[in-house]
Amino acid sequence: MRTAVPEFPEARLRELADRYAAAVAAKRRRIWLGSAVLIAAALAAGWMGDVDLWKFAENFWRFPAYFASIAPTFSFSSAWNDLSEWLWGLPRWTLLLGDTLLIAYMGTLSGAICGFVLCFLASANLVRSRTIVFVTRRLLEFCRTVPDIVFALIFVLAFGLGPLPGVLAIAIHTTGALGKQFAEVVENIDNKPVEGVAASGGSWIQIVRFGAVPQVLSNFVSYALLRFEINVRGAAVMGFVGAGGIGQDLIEAVRKFYYSDVSAILLLIIVTVMLFDFITERVRHRLLGLEGTGA
Amino acid sequence: MKSFSSDAQAAIVERYPSHFRPDWWSRAKITIGLGTAVALFLFGIAQLDIPFHRLSDGLARLGGFLRLMLPPDPGSWAEALKYLNALGETVSIAFLGTLGGALLALPVALLAARNVVANRIVHFFSRRSLDTIRGVDILIWALIWVGVVGLGPFAGILAVICSDFGTFGKLFSEAIEAADKNPAEGVRSAGGNHLHSVRFGLLPQVFPILLSQVLYYFESNTRSATIIGIVGAGGIGLQLAEQIRVLEWQKVSFLILLILIAVSAIDWISGKLRFAIIGRRAVA
Repeated sequence: MRTAVPEFPEARLRELADRYAAAVAAKRRRIWLGSAVLIAAALAAGWMGDVDLWKFAENFWRFPAYFASIAPTFSFSSAWNDLSEWLWGLPRWTLLLGDTLLIAYMGTLSGAICGFVLCFLASANLVRSRTIVFVTRRLLEFCRTVPDIVFALIFVLAFGLGPLPGVLAIAIHTTGALGKQFAEVVENIDNKPVEGVAASGGSWIQIVRFGAVPQVLSNFVSYALLRFEINVRGAAVMGFVGAGGIGQDLIEAVRKFYYSDVSAILLLIIVTVMLFDFITERVRHRLLGLEGTGA
Repeated sequence: MKSFSSDAQAAIVERYPSHFRPDWWSRAKITIGLGTAVALFLFGIAQLDIPFHRLSDGLARLGGFLRLMLPPDPGSWAEALKYLNALGETVSIAFLGTLGGALLALPVALLAARNVVANRIVHFFSRRSLDTIRGVDILIWALIWVGVVGLGPFAGILAVICSDFGTFGKLFSEAIEAADKNPAEGVRSAGGNHLHSVRFGLLPQVFPILLSQVLYYFESNTRSATIIGIVGAGGIGLQLAEQIRVLEWQKVSFLILLILIAVSAIDWISGKLRFAIIGRRAVA
């Protein structure tokens, strides 16, 4: 194949080269300006946040040292005994871990149900009234922005110590988080089924049930599973403020310097979290995969 | 508009029987799924010993708290200034934590991305260590760092760095693996070495995505940074936990209001920046 290589006249070439140089220079300038702003902001934040690099350098050895001290001692001759001594509280911790998972599950389920109900009210394509959409969105935003552990702190005072405040706190936070994600899914649905049900005389509930829900359900379940994963982590620290689960034992072990207990409980939490991450990821991929082939 | 006669309806049902036959198998699956979910919920109520008799009392008490919270009031100007200062600390914790976590995570994410480092062992170990770090909650990191550098916001910054390191490492490596490999091949075919292909073929593609993920997490970290004060790592959470413990409800609601305003402000700013960088594309 023959192609003619176009040759520009000298003046035109120079003009293009100049323009290229100008564009590159402008980009450089923008990058420099951006970095300068970033560095200035980092310095200001460092001053505000009491960053003390000297203290950091002086004390950094404590960080690996802490992990060294919580590491269990194993000797080759009595490895089995060491192991059973390290995990002495296994039956109790397993139970507490089960409680933690149940707190996360119950919080996620009730939060998902509330979020499911509220998300349709927060979708501008299903609700005419701007007021309802606005109020629902602000409510969801409030539930989402206040961290679950702050709700837990307040609920512990109202309901007393135990898993109940933990479940409620996670439920409220989940309502906010899932409600927002659900509403975003609902706003992106195909409007034709909705119009179809409306045109054949369906009530609002019927429009939602037959027009919207079938389109969004698999996405909803996937988001809810992801939230469950996050809530398992959240429930593990609910005990820090007295709201049930394994967090109570963990913070006690940290505060009282029961070093080997700290590592044992941390290990159990990490393994559980990883296991549930793995399971939910599998299920989510299957759900989304099914949606991809089915639709 | 004419409505279907019952004859026509019957004809349609006859012509498309599969659309009108109840699908027992899928119904059974749904029933079993819902039944298990409800059963597990009931089991949870029994196992956790949820005290329903305390529910009404608690709700009444909660209503009382809510009444006491209104109107939000910091008490005095000096207190208000102190809280604003604490809010500044929180935002600083979130900012430096996000920045530090992202800077540390970038090299590790490159190692953990299959299309940059083809070595399976490196890939496996970098992935697993990132998972382990992500498995530890930010409050636990804060507890550990308080023990290292003492109480205060610096411990909070380090905690956010640690927890973000794990998250960003995973997100970044996934973004890098999803990148189009043609530009990198182009650089290779023009005689560049592996480093060149990463620098000129890969990074320019993924950089905007990474930046938008960082901005997205800045907002979410502002929320996490409000809670690490509960274990003594500085910021507004310290004040909040204190005021809840001494039942100063008006101050509590003032602090919550401050947090809401700050988070939505940062959400707005980071959203604007994100759209400026990558346009209206979803952040995975």
